[in-house]
Amino acid sequence: MFDCIIVGLGPAGISAAIYLNRANKDVVAIGKDYGILGNGSHIIENYYGFEPISGKKLIEKGIQQAKKLNIPIHFESVVSIDYDAEKFTVETDKTVYEAKTLLLATGRSQQKLNVKNFHKYTGKGISFCSICDGFAFRNKRIAVVGYNFYLAHELKYLENITKDITIFTNGKNIEIETSYPVIFDELIEIHGNDVLTGIQTNTNFFELDGMFVAIDTPSSLEFTKTLGIISDKNSVVVDDNYMTNIEGLFAAGDIIGGKLQISKAVYDGMQSAFGIINYLRIKKGPLK
Amino acid sequence: MIIHADKSNFDTIVLKSELPVLVDFWAPWCRPCQTVLPVLEAISRDLDGIAKVVKVNADENPTLADRYKIMSIPTFIVFKNGEITNQTIGIHTKDNLKKLLEL
Repeated sequence: MFDCIIVGLGPAGISAAIYLNRANKDVVAIGKDYGILGNGSHIIENYYGFEPISGKKLIEKGIQQAKKLNIPIHFESVVSIDYDAEKFTVETDKTVYEAKTLLLATGRSQQKLNVKNFHKYTGKGISFCSICDGFAFRNKRIAVVGYNFYLAHELKYLENITKDITIFTNGKNIEIETSYPVIFDELIEIHGNDVLTGIQTNTNFFELDGMFVAIDTPSSLEFTKTLGIISDKNSVVVDDNYMTNIEGLFAAGDIIGGKLQISKAVYDGMQSAFGIINYLRIKKGPLK
Repeated sequence: MIIHADKSNFDTIVLKSELPVLVDFWAPWCRPCQTVLPVLEAISRDLDGIAKVVKVNADENPTLADRYKIMSIPTFIVFKNGEITNQTIGIHTKDNLKKLLEL
């Protein structure tokens, strides 16, 4: 069992990892890629001590720095996060991790589906959380949007609710084996009145009662919904110790809002590490 | 104090209430519903005598869940004089849930 699992390999996550490591905490950092800073073509011109440097280069330097301290860094996609009274459990596409605390440093959620009326029907037929919303679709016709292990994870739950499932890959190739019908069309528009009644693709109209989004990998938005983390205007709410409303679950960086700047993310990483160190000191035994 | 309502007493407790009512449609298996509970308890304390906080188990009361088209859990609905004045889904801060009541 780790002292802390950090989800996210950006400036907040890696800074926290370094501070936790220096406090002799057993920490692991997981992320699917370099995140928004490292994947774009950002050139950073305002970060202390650096000549203009690409976001990717800066991220690589941060990860290199952490690796030199023997901090385990794993490039894996997080599929689910769960907790009980004793521990946090993080399932990735490769393995499962357990820890006493968890730090969400995933960055901000990005809109993954560009479909007309998507926001209008979110919560009115469109769901990001099968566990929260599955009940309303018992034996109804549902679409599940996805194509990979994340889709497979959600199907395991949803197929207990209804057998009337159609998979929409939104133009992607499917990476899992499934017995449900698969539509490869691109999604164009959600139709409905008070609630969702169907989906228009580039070739057809499909009558449906609900649509579950399980595309790419779960975003911070999906984690916050499933875990019941309190947010305000799309930012996770944390206390002075960077802890969310869930005991032992911390958040830092862009996900908690404020200035979307590297210096602020690094500061968050440091502060959240102290919050976690403090929490671990007080909570020597089981969490609750 | 949080009041638990079901289909037999929903009309009396919620629709005929003289005070504004914040209704939480929840279910026992729903984790976010558990994590928002301390927030609801705080609101019911803060607004004692000013507004009511009512929980409805959507699993045990499918007729009520259907009537209000509950498709996501938790759903919060504000009733004033039997009419819906505001509605939201998911987990919110205490202040934002209080704002829904527009007191």
